Amino acid sequence: MRRLRLLFLFPTASILLLLFAVPLGILLVYACMTRGAYGGTMPPFTGESWLRVLDPLYLGIVGRSFLVAGISTLICVVLGFPLALFISRSGPRKNLYLSLVMLPFWTSFLVRTYAWMFLLRDTGLINTALQSLGLIREPLPLLYNWWAVILGLVYGYLPFMVLPLFSTLERLDPALMEAAGDLGARPSQSLLRVLLPLSAPGIRAGAILVFIPCLGAYLTPDLLGGGRTILIGTLIQNQFSNSRDWPFGSAISLALMALVMVMLWIQVRRKGEPLL
Amino acid sequence: MGHVLELRGLSKHFPNHVALDDLSLEISEGEFFSLLGPSGCGKTTTLRLIAGFEAPTSGEILLRGKPQAALPPHQRKVSTVFQNYALFPHLTVQQNIEFGLRYHPRPDAKESVRECIEMMRLDGKQDRKPAQLSGGEKQRVALARSLVLRPDVLLLDEPLSALDPNLRKQVRTELKALQRRVGITFIFITHDQEEALSVSDRIALLYKGRLEQLGTPRDLYLAPRTRFAAGFLGPVNWVNGFGIRPESTRLSLHAPQETGLQSIPGTVQELMFLGNCLHVETRTADGQTIVAEVAREECTYERGQAVHAFWSRHDEIRCDPS
Repeated sequence: MRRLRLLFLFPTASILLLLFAVPLGILLVYACMTRGAYGGTMPPFTGESWLRVLDPLYLGIVGRSFLVAGISTLICVVLGFPLALFISRSGPRKNLYLSLVMLPFWTSFLVRTYAWMFLLRDTGLINTALQSLGLIREPLPLLYNWWAVILGLVYGYLPFMVLPLFSTLERLDPALMEAAGDLGARPSQSLLRVLLPLSAPGIRAGAILVFIPCLGAYLTPDLLGGGRTILIGTLIQNQFSNSRDWPFGSAISLALMALVMVMLWIQVRRKGEPLL
Repeated sequence: MGHVLELRGLSKHFPNHVALDDLSLEISEGEFFSLLGPSGCGKTTTLRLIAGFEAPTSGEILLRGKPQAALPPHQRKVSTVFQNYALFPHLTVQQNIEFGLRYHPRPDAKESVRECIEMMRLDGKQDRKPAQLSGGEKQRVALARSLVLRPDVLLLDEPLSALDPNLRKQVRTELKALQRRVGITFIFITHDQEEALSVSDRIALLYKGRLEQLGTPRDLYLAPRTRFAAGFLGPVNWVNGFGIRPESTRLSLHAPQETGLQSIPGTVQELMFLGNCLHVETRTADGQTIVAEVAREECTYERGQAVHAFWSRHDEIRCDPS
């Protein structure tokens, strides 16, 4: 039995080891070395890159990334909750609505982000339409700002909020809401005192699934923020391309990962419930 | 005593079927009233209409004379004990019981909660979550949560069905005692005729969305108006168009001579030992089966033996052949 278990675990374990643990080990080594003139790394070993992570300039970028990821996650909760509730109550059409939520996954994220650029840019659909209706004279600055980035992140990661929320809401006994009403709570009061607390595990799972990728997002800030909005993802990418500072890029990557792991660990410890 | 609840021509039609058709009932103050029937008879629909979870297609519900149909559930002075209790899993026993008092504030609220906890024997369990309670305790929390609000009518949706069979009889006795003690009108939904017979002041038997018969347990058992009612309330032998219950049927080796008795010869087909008595199944010459309930010590019959099944004429059930 034990040997069989090892046999079945072997493929996954070896892939994880090879593609996950080994690169992380390489990053760790790189982060402790000196930058090469044309990229790459070279001896001697030093802790310099780690100290630079604490530079206020970069800490500011980290803080900004947390803020953008936090706002995006919050918007996802606000938009995702009613949608998940609606789907969980729609009986036989549930599967149709769920597949509509997942429909965007059938196209590449890159293509969808470009589509947003076509919608938002100065000569894009929205500005052109508003101008031809005579509502505005000058195009609205819809693209290349923080809100465009947040819009792109919310758009991209909303399904990751809706799906876990849906599965939590669907498992809730509908009699609980009836009982709340029966005991005298108005629908809004039932929502606050019964439905919302009971969907906390779904909100937590969704928030984790949305917040983490938003924090490290690279594509969306780069395309919709147009380089004016530096977030951690862009900062890391820069170190490996333009700035040719691999040790520093490795150090930020690992620092970000460590931060996320600490947050997850606090979540796990706080409650005895499953994380996702 | 006035009617606390009155249903007038209450109907609920769904696109493909009629769940309830023209039900009219008057329920008195302090009555233990049962809605009895097989699944799909409309009893749960009736409860949901009274509680306000669903709107009737037509008809009116009057609670102490006030029309209810337009009111949402939270404005009705009725309370429900749900089949699976629907306790709030994130709240403690105490918080579950206090839940409704926030919306119906009373100066003696604290005192009432304490009394209810004591009456329902939940002392010492106030801080537990529903998941840490036994089935019987959950039910008592559900009852306390509703009773603390002093509703005009308490609706109980199959409250015993989630309990183990051994506990059911004990709990139904407790329910009856509780109803007497608090004096609140209970409307008890059940598909179990024995439960309904044992606790109710009156029973409404529903079948296919219609009221089949209304009466005291005695009326329904002894004078059922239809074959369905007779059969639903207990086992019955149908002989030449009338019914006779097994406990009214007796057996003997020789045809009885007294007047007022009806007897039919037959052969013993099967003997079933039920613990407190035996059911002896006999078959008549024309192929009808008659079951007789026989005391343990009186049963000397064997399979294949020729016997006479007999009963007193006034025990016969005569009803519409529906």
